[in-house]
Amino acid sequence: MHDVLIIGAGITGTLIARELSRYKLDVVVLEKSNDVGNKTTNANSAIIHSGCDPEPGTNKAKFNVLGNPMFDELAKQLDVSFRRNGSLTIALDDEQLRALDDLLKRSKINGVPATRLTKEQVLEIEPRISQQVRGAILFPTAGIIDPFNLCIHAMENAIDNGVHLFLKQEVTAIEKVNDYFVVKTKAQEFTSRIVINAAGNYADIIAQMVEPIDWSITSRKGEYFILDHFGKDFVKHTIFPLPSAKGKGVLVSPTTSDNYIVGPSSEVIPSRDDYATDGLTLQNVKQQALAMVPSIPFGKVIRVFSGLRPSCSRHDFIIEYAKSTDRFINVAGIESPGLVSSPAIARYVVNELVKPLISLINKEDFNPFVRPYAHLKEMDEKSKESFLKQNPEYGQLVCSCEKVSLGEIKDLLSRSCPPHSVKGVKRRTRAGFGRCQGGFCQPKVVFLLANHYGISPLDVPLDDVDSPILVSRVKEVK
Amino acid sequence: MENIDLVIIGGGSAGMAAAIQAKKEGVDNLLIIEKMNVLGGILNQCIHNGFGLTEFKEELTGPEYLQRFVDQIHQMDIHYKLNTAVTNISKDKVVTFSNQEDGSVTVQAKAIIMATGCYERSAGAIQLPGDRCSGIITAGTAQKYLNIHGYLCGKRIVILGSGDIGLIMARRLTLEGAKVICVSEIMPYSNGLNRNIAQCLNDYQIPLYLSRSVSRVIGKGRLEKVVLSAVDEKLNFIPGTEMEIPCDTLILSVGLIPYVSLLENIDTPMSSTKGAIVSEHMETAVDGIFTCGNCLHVHDVVDFVTDEGRLAGHGAALYLKHLLPSDKSIPVSLGEGISYVVPQNIKSDNREDITFKFRVKKPIKDVYIVVESDHQVISKIFKPALIPSEMAMVKLDSQKISQIKSEVVIRLEGR
Repeated sequence: MHDVLIIGAGITGTLIARELSRYKLDVVVLEKSNDVGNKTTNANSAIIHSGCDPEPGTNKAKFNVLGNPMFDELAKQLDVSFRRNGSLTIALDDEQLRALDDLLKRSKINGVPATRLTKEQVLEIEPRISQQVRGAILFPTAGIIDPFNLCIHAMENAIDNGVHLFLKQEVTAIEKVNDYFVVKTKAQEFTSRIVINAAGNYADIIAQMVEPIDWSITSRKGEYFILDHFGKDFVKHTIFPLPSAKGKGVLVSPTTSDNYIVGPSSEVIPSRDDYATDGLTLQNVKQQALAMVPSIPFGKVIRVFSGLRPSCSRHDFIIEYAKSTDRFINVAGIESPGLVSSPAIARYVVNELVKPLISLINKEDFNPFVRPYAHLKEMDEKSKESFLKQNPEYGQLVCSCEKVSLGEIKDLLSRSCPPHSVKGVKRRTRAGFGRCQGGFCQPKVVFLLANHYGISPLDVPLDDVDSPILVSRVKEVK
Repeated sequence: MENIDLVIIGGGSAGMAAAIQAKKEGVDNLLIIEKMNVLGGILNQCIHNGFGLTEFKEELTGPEYLQRFVDQIHQMDIHYKLNTAVTNISKDKVVTFSNQEDGSVTVQAKAIIMATGCYERSAGAIQLPGDRCSGIITAGTAQKYLNIHGYLCGKRIVILGSGDIGLIMARRLTLEGAKVICVSEIMPYSNGLNRNIAQCLNDYQIPLYLSRSVSRVIGKGRLEKVVLSAVDEKLNFIPGTEMEIPCDTLILSVGLIPYVSLLENIDTPMSSTKGAIVSEHMETAVDGIFTCGNCLHVHDVVDFVTDEGRLAGHGAALYLKHLLPSDKSIPVSLGEGISYVVPQNIKSDNREDITFKFRVKKPIKDVYIVVESDHQVISKIFKPALIPSEMAMVKLDSQKISQIKSEVVIRLEGR
């Protein structure tokens, strides 16, 4: 019998798990995919929003504003790339200029630092913004983060502090039995006193396994471009248009990996698993981005992708007990600004919702830091030299585009939340993230994974379990 | 910091030829740095034949071709490091590389030859529409899995793009028992060599669809089908022309791009080939840094890569002896019908023969290739046919070159 069972290992579920790992509890996390952070956490704008935009009084506003300042410490503890680069919301005509005032008001109510800029001031700090710009608001607390490793390292840290992660466990039924739950997956059964539903785009389906609900989740797709490394500081800030009913609009931003991201579109779709991209939507994203920054070199695109936001019919985050039992906690509808809100949500869930249910006794040996990762790029020549002497495999590159070494990949495989797929390695190290998109390094990664797990290369997936790369040995085709 | 006269980055066909030539011309202190565990680069996985027709007047496989150069490297005692990646170069020619044995090493070179080859345009780069499933792979990667590792990437295969690697892989996969359903090319003409279309598609009754491309890939985990659509003159999909083809694999052969990130990091001026702008001795605009082979412009025949490597090796040797022509640069410009030309400039004090290499924008018949300078025709050669997939060359002897005093234009002229 577990104390707490979390369904879903996205950023919300993993940070809740980590928060719970501070206490003497038996905590398990079930994830249907073969990796953590493989769905919504894997495909979003990677922005730590300032909190200027959500309607004051909503959960979105509350947790965004609470979450934003938590990232300096969190990123340090979890060893994740994070930078407060600031965001700029720009007005391109007179009507938008007036609308900036509303946004400024809203951000003031939310308690978000903001500075109004004139056209000249905007162009001085971001000369590549369109000459059409009429003014802007600078939100200096906004930042950019590596969302993949935020989630992976949160899970790793939680596991290192005693949490158990079960991958490839799709929940099919939940039964309430007296004062506990039986959670059934295709493979096995788990019992737990408390269940936390952090199932992203499937949160309503999971919630309905316990009781009828009056809310629903709809997937809203956002499509993006990723551009190769080029000219540092092409833009320094995350540049937004004015927000609309459809969301925050298409942004142009640097990423923590020195790429540039452009997107997203916003389109409600009938499926919860449709990550397809399409040319017309991306064309539209491109036009909107070019209106803000006319010189974006779209010839440098190395990848297009889409993510699904779990949009709730209540238009806000749901972070509350189920109606029929307070031992089932729904954490649902965590769309934008979900990433920035996630640490504050996790803390709230544990301190306000779990605490009344079960006694939280501190673990004396809780360690908030992940085992340090080697950052060769940040070492001076001398320390690099002695590090490489002791760890020669860091001297051999597997991915030349992103300079990822054999040592880095082997280190991952020795950790408590290791990758099982080519994309799992890619998310963690950026091997295959560069201009050749894995053309050169993919075979090396496949054989490394196969060797490590003692499996056939035929069983190494590109991404989730059902995505094999190779189909047979030569001469075996029937 | 160790001093090395000539560092050659990349030990493929271009880098090996450059090293051999430089050594022949007296450069003894030289080092080839190769990231793979063998010399020879991509030729290692090109186990088909057709290499060496110009160089050796023989038809060799890739490994046979490369071995002749590896043997020379050994005979001439040219130093090389395998499994070694160059992580940085500077304008002052400081080269940083790393491997398991040496750790991270910095050396001061007097000259550098970049011979880093090219990479394949990816699904992301062409913004392939549809799902993010497995079973979508570039032709060269599929070739590596097959020829180096002995694994097949699929059984029912559609190939997008009619570049040479795609055509070679169509035959190779067919011989291994996979079903290659078709090759689809977005342009109204093929981008492969004619001999490859004959020997790799026609001989195996594999249909080639022109002016058609993939408008959607569909598959949850693994690819299940692709939708091919006809495109109009602007390469936009024409609604109503969709063909749905069940398959488990889409192989992309949609172009090769010079691999130049090290040169980009030092802001080397680049040309429309996506390689560096070079002089007739393959010197980039950065003093003492030379480049050749597929990282300069993508070649269709390895023999010409070898030749270009020698030219860069010769250039670097002259540079090290302070004999490289260095007077003012005369630009070489693109005239009617030409998509690129190498070199992009020549030195006014050059006294050697120069071969201009270029491609035409689209297939054309019965034309003259005209080289002119200051409205004077320097060379005019008739060609019955030119196609973009075959690099064209015009060689001008030193006497003709000496007539050139101002901008050179290469253009096509109808008969």
